[in-house]
Amino acid sequence: MSAATAYGANDRSGAAGWIAALSSTVLPVLTIVLAIVAIWYAASVMMNRAWTLDEAERRGVQLTVMEIVSDAMNQERPVLPTPHQVFDELWSTTVGEPVMRERRGEMQGNPRNLVFHAYHTLWPTILGFGIGSFLGILLAIGITHSRAMDMSVMPWAIASQTIPILAIAPIIVVVVSNLPALNNAVSQGWISEDTKLLVPKALISAYLSFFPVVVGMVAGLRSPQATDLDLMRTYSASRGQTFWKLRLPASVPFLFTSLKVSIAAALVGTIVAELPTGARFGLGARLLTGSYYGQTIQIWSALFMAAICAAALVILLGALEKIVLKRMGARS
Amino acid sequence: MRASAIPQWGLPALGAALIALAALTDARLALILAVWFGAWALNAVLAERARGRGARFFVPLLFGVTLLALWEMAVQLYDISFVILPAPSAIWARMVTETPTLWADFQQTILKGALAGYIMGCGAAFLAALAVDRSPFLQKGLLPVGNFIAALPIVGTAPIFVMWFGFGWQSKSAVVVAMVFFPMLVNCVQGLKASDAMQRDLMRTYAASYGQTLVKLRLPTAMPFVFNGLKICTTLALIGAIVAEFFGSPTVGMGFRIKIEMGRLAMDMVWAEIAVAALAGSGFYGLVALIEKRLTFWHPSQRRG
Repeated sequence: MSAATAYGANDRSGAAGWIAALSSTVLPVLTIVLAIVAIWYAASVMMNRAWTLDEAERRGVQLTVMEIVSDAMNQERPVLPTPHQVFDELWSTTVGEPVMRERRGEMQGNPRNLVFHAYHTLWPTILGFGIGSFLGILLAIGITHSRAMDMSVMPWAIASQTIPILAIAPIIVVVVSNLPALNNAVSQGWISEDTKLLVPKALISAYLSFFPVVVGMVAGLRSPQATDLDLMRTYSASRGQTFWKLRLPASVPFLFTSLKVSIAAALVGTIVAELPTGARFGLGARLLTGSYYGQTIQIWSALFMAAICAAALVILLGALEKIVLKRMGARS
Repeated sequence: MRASAIPQWGLPALGAALIALAALTDARLALILAVWFGAWALNAVLAERARGRGARFFVPLLFGVTLLALWEMAVQLYDISFVILPAPSAIWARMVTETPTLWADFQQTILKGALAGYIMGCGAAFLAALAVDRSPFLQKGLLPVGNFIAALPIVGTAPIFVMWFGFGWQSKSAVVVAMVFFPMLVNCVQGLKASDAMQRDLMRTYAASYGQTLVKLRLPTAMPFVFNGLKICTTLALIGAIVAEFFGSPTVGMGFRIKIEMGRLAMDMVWAEIAVAALAGSGFYGLVALIEKRLTFWHPSQRRG
């Protein structure tokens, strides 16, 4: 983006430069998105056509090409739903349904509303992301300061990511929901039954999100150049001072880059955690019920909701990054 | 130069104090802590003193063995229920007796589902990157979109692909293709842009054709990026293949076995599958890393001082 702005500022000024910058970044993206939508429509006509023709033959009707195309684009259970069907579904399940509804005399979340499901997926994601990135930063600090930790922990951290998460998800759910401490907390009334269901999901997303943070933070904490470290030595700075005043500030850009990767991974973790655990609420549960009942439009709208959540979280982190870097005195 | 604010004897003393404290309340905890600190001290000494390939291999190995020993001790000493966490020895016993089943699952999921999808997806992404690379306009559009799609939970498409391609390994490969395509594409496109303007100018002064520039300059400079993508995709491929089996599979496969054995509470079998998956994943990653080391020995990240 910066290259495009620089290009615009060189030969033009004011509004014209802005438009030039905008068209050189937005136009290509828009073209690609339009191309994807066009391919999608074409593919859905190709894939849904068989059912339409089958149905027409059974009724003994001859259809024109236009009729076939329009029917293939508007089936109730298409093989591949068209974009407008998915957006209709998204719209009607977010704006068209109340978020809360009354049931058994009390107001509860409405399971027909997709925002409600997104909420049930987002909370464990954010909690797990918090736990995972905190542990990741701690581990990275340990790795950069202790040679023994560097040599022994790093290979196992890589190996830990080769364990497929779905494989451990059911185990974590069984183990965590049977933990005496957790059951105690529920019976004491410290946490509610709903919060207890959230813990295993959060742990799985923490498991997925800690690794990118470790890798990014280790690179960031090691990013100060030898001359900078030498300067700290000439000041007779202790290891703690070098860490707070040099290594940590130098690692912030690396930290944010890896946080963006890790929050997307955390969302994947939560959704995958919902699949084998028979969760009733959440985007993963929505995918699962959609696949059981052949509701393809529901599956796709849940996927898009997940995509919107991921995009929102990444954009939020991007905004935070800009603010933090600005306050640290980075040139924009 | 002051090495550290904590004196040299600080950490061992802290460990000893913790063990003594634990011994007062729970002897079992003290034993576990003692083994942990003992192994860690040995590891720390080895890491400080030893240099070279042997240490690089031995220190992580010792750490892994320590973890396994602690796991075994915790299970034995605290009588942890078999359903919650089986001991490593029980898992190993199950792996030995069930080797044919594990091998069949491994073939179905990893060799057929994951590997076929990985090769198709990464190959297609590489070719697509070569095509996109010729148009700066497409590149500008594709990079943000590709980055966005790479961050999406693509695993969610698993039920759709199982619906389309049936229960066999083909649907698993399709999920893997969808998962690895965009991360690989983004890395390849970035890699193809990695050569300097100076280097490209030099090729132009040699009157090199597009193909010559590609083969002699741009593909070699792209290699670190390509391998980065390939390494990321190894784990994605395994996850995709196993997750897809959850939505429907023939009666063989790692995801299928995990699901079934979970229902029968045969946790040692579940852990045996996980161990196989972890070994396969590490082996796969290691293999790609090894090829990378052979091919990109010139790159700064591969040099060891």
